[in-house]
Amino acid sequence: MNDISSTRAALKFAFPQTIPILAGFLFLGIAYGIFMNSLGFHAIYPILMSLFIFAGSMEFVAANLLLISFNPLSAFFLTLMVNARHLFYGISMLDKYGQLGHKKWYLIFGMCDESFAINSTLNIPNNLDKGKVMLFVTLLNQIYWVVGATIGGVFGSLITFNTEGLEFVMTALFIVIFLEHWINTKQHHSALLGLILSAICLAIFGGERFIVPAMLAILGVLTLLRPSLQKEKRAAL
Amino acid sequence: MTITQQIITVGVVVLGTMLTRFLPFFIFPANKPTPVYIQYLGKVLPAAVIGLLVIYCFKDVSFISGQHGLPEILGVLVVVTLHLWKRNMLLSIAAGTCFYMALVQFVF
Repeated sequence: MNDISSTRAALKFAFPQTIPILAGFLFLGIAYGIFMNSLGFHAIYPILMSLFIFAGSMEFVAANLLLISFNPLSAFFLTLMVNARHLFYGISMLDKYGQLGHKKWYLIFGMCDESFAINSTLNIPNNLDKGKVMLFVTLLNQIYWVVGATIGGVFGSLITFNTEGLEFVMTALFIVIFLEHWINTKQHHSALLGLILSAICLAIFGGERFIVPAMLAILGVLTLLRPSLQKEKRAAL
Repeated sequence: MTITQQIITVGVVVLGTMLTRFLPFFIFPANKPTPVYIQYLGKVLPAAVIGLLVIYCFKDVSFISGQHGLPEILGVLVVVTLHLWKRNMLLSIAAGTCFYMALVQFVF
């Protein structure tokens, strides 16, 4: 395959994977733009923030940071806490992204929850350029988000139709990705642990503070189970 | 806040976000062998993290007051049933979302 046809094939495979995100990100992006608009920010704020931060929940938090008194150090540590889960994405993608030369810089920059979830579980046919497919997944997702934030920021006050509940599209996406991964793998310890430990931490610590404890719990239990999980993996081979 | 202070604040948020994304790749570069423990984590973490992301979607749902998360639970049931039955990603997501929207707009 020459360069252009391999790029086209990669795009053709990547785009359908991102359609749920097209719906979800346009909606959430517009919601974010409207939110910024309602706080009195010019449209250039949601546009630049969606382009450079590209981490949905953090952008909503950052909007509030701009309204309180200037404190870059606390803003920095708050960002690390909210986005700590990215560390796990990075460790999971060391193999897949690390080998991809210059492509990896954008892939890592754009590794939001959704791009990670798709790229980490996607079964890409061997005749396709895997790097290009993952690059398109990431790029398309960011385009949806920035376009949404731009529409919301510019036309925010004009949008009136009832979109209540549309945010469930992201929940449905993660559930479907979880199910697909479950069906396609033999060992389910890790998936179950992630689900159960996170649910327990959510019940104990509440929505605002459960992520870091959940990450530590997952890390701890996976480390304790390492001898038995690795043994089973070898036996399975 | 002045414009400069706003730029610094957004810059710090960008820096913090990118640090969490790039740090593992800086600590374990591709040209050096990755420790076996980290390789192990790289294999078992994705499934666990996607489980975490599923739970993350319910972080603002109150299960002890209001509707007790009933619209969410029903929505999840529709997505899971439909997906196990048809294995069509777009169908499961679209139908589940429309069902949930109808529930919160007209029923609850």
